[in-house]
Amino acid sequence: MQDLVNIFIKSAFIENLILAYYIGMCSFLAVSKTVKTAIGLGAAVIFVLGITVPVNYLLQQYLLVEGALGWLHPSLATVDLTFLSFIVFIAVIASMVQLVEMVIEKSSPALYNALGIFLPLITVNCAILGAALFMVQREYNFAESVVYGLGGGFGWALAIVALASIREKLRYSAIPAPLRGLGIAFIITGLMGIAFMSLMGIKL
Amino acid sequence: MSQATESTAVAQQQNKEALFSPKNRRLVTDPLTDNNPITIQVLGLCSALAVTTQVKPALIMAICVTVVTAFANLIISLIRNGIPNRIRMIVQLVVIATLVVLVDQVLRAVVYDVSKQLSVFIGLIITNCIVMGRLEAFAMGNKPWPSFLDGIGNGLGYGVILVMVAVLREVFGAGTLLGFKVIPQFIYDAGYTNNGVMVTPAAAMFIIGIIIWIQRARNPKLVDIS
Repeated sequence: MQDLVNIFIKSAFIENLILAYYIGMCSFLAVSKTVKTAIGLGAAVIFVLGITVPVNYLLQQYLLVEGALGWLHPSLATVDLTFLSFIVFIAVIASMVQLVEMVIEKSSPALYNALGIFLPLITVNCAILGAALFMVQREYNFAESVVYGLGGGFGWALAIVALASIREKLRYSAIPAPLRGLGIAFIITGLMGIAFMSLMGIKL
Repeated sequence: MSQATESTAVAQQQNKEALFSPKNRRLVTDPLTDNNPITIQVLGLCSALAVTTQVKPALIMAICVTVVTAFANLIISLIRNGIPNRIRMIVQLVVIATLVVLVDQVLRAVVYDVSKQLSVFIGLIITNCIVMGRLEAFAMGNKPWPSFLDGIGNGLGYGVILVMVAVLREVFGAGTLLGFKVIPQFIYDAGYTNNGVMVTPAAAMFIIGIIIWIQRARNPKLVDIS
């Protein structure tokens, strides 16, 4: 139990996908103009990450790693399909996002319209595939990968809401015109990243 | 979607043009400046931040992305009329993923140490928004040859920014360029030290932010009012 809490805190804060690893940047910078849409996208990302990381764990463990197909037939025990993991992972993610899109379209048309193109673009949010690859690299087990997916998603949502609230305030400050919008968002993300570096020394 | 496809199809029937007509050349040169994938379209940032601590991985990454974007555009453009709209994302991703797996295997065979250094970021080319963004925005509605050029142009535009950031970060962060020392020893003796911030990804954010600032100051049309 202690381990799981540690993994959650680590993935949400110390190893925050955006502010420590800088992945999942494109939609992070593009959708963070208002807090409301940022919360919606954050919730969608938490959901997608919480489902896809464990599903990908199961596929990796029982389909892809060397010897995983042994249960099917003894002669398949030496087959190593790990080179297929990218394709399998991304297919799971794409179908999951399609599902989320349909659910949001039915349940909350307002949010659906606000998110627009960035809802399908969750598929190519590097954070989702990145988390699946980190899960493989760190050899998490099933429970750990569930917690890692939720924690990573929570950290991502936290970061995008934080940036969105800063950008809402920035609208009233005197920034040189060419730097407005995208330029200042980059610099602020850099500063937030430096602030998060102070958490890095914490060992759990 | 279908409307856009029709209008471009009509436009293309009207002018059967030479392979390197001015319009086709613009497809390659535009993304280098006024329609840059990173600074204007905000696509493909993750890898831009991660691989730019040194120039060599940045160069290799730029080449890989150019190859993948160009051929993904070409393939999707060839089969664009046969893809059902509902599942187009999965089809696109399968094409991209196949190309990336190929590139990954080639890198492992040819330059193993660099492939090790790039680690997950080669895999993340699949989710590099540039590739899918260009597929959605261009290849789904254009003929194969212009799509191929568009892929090359966007890959190069990405590469230009990548190399600029990488040069700055490597020179100021490590005092080297492509692994050779460029800052002479007497400057260090005079009390100069390498800048530790340049090694962190945050420095890449600052540099790209400043590149955007310079670019928009030179071309006021690009200024973001909001």
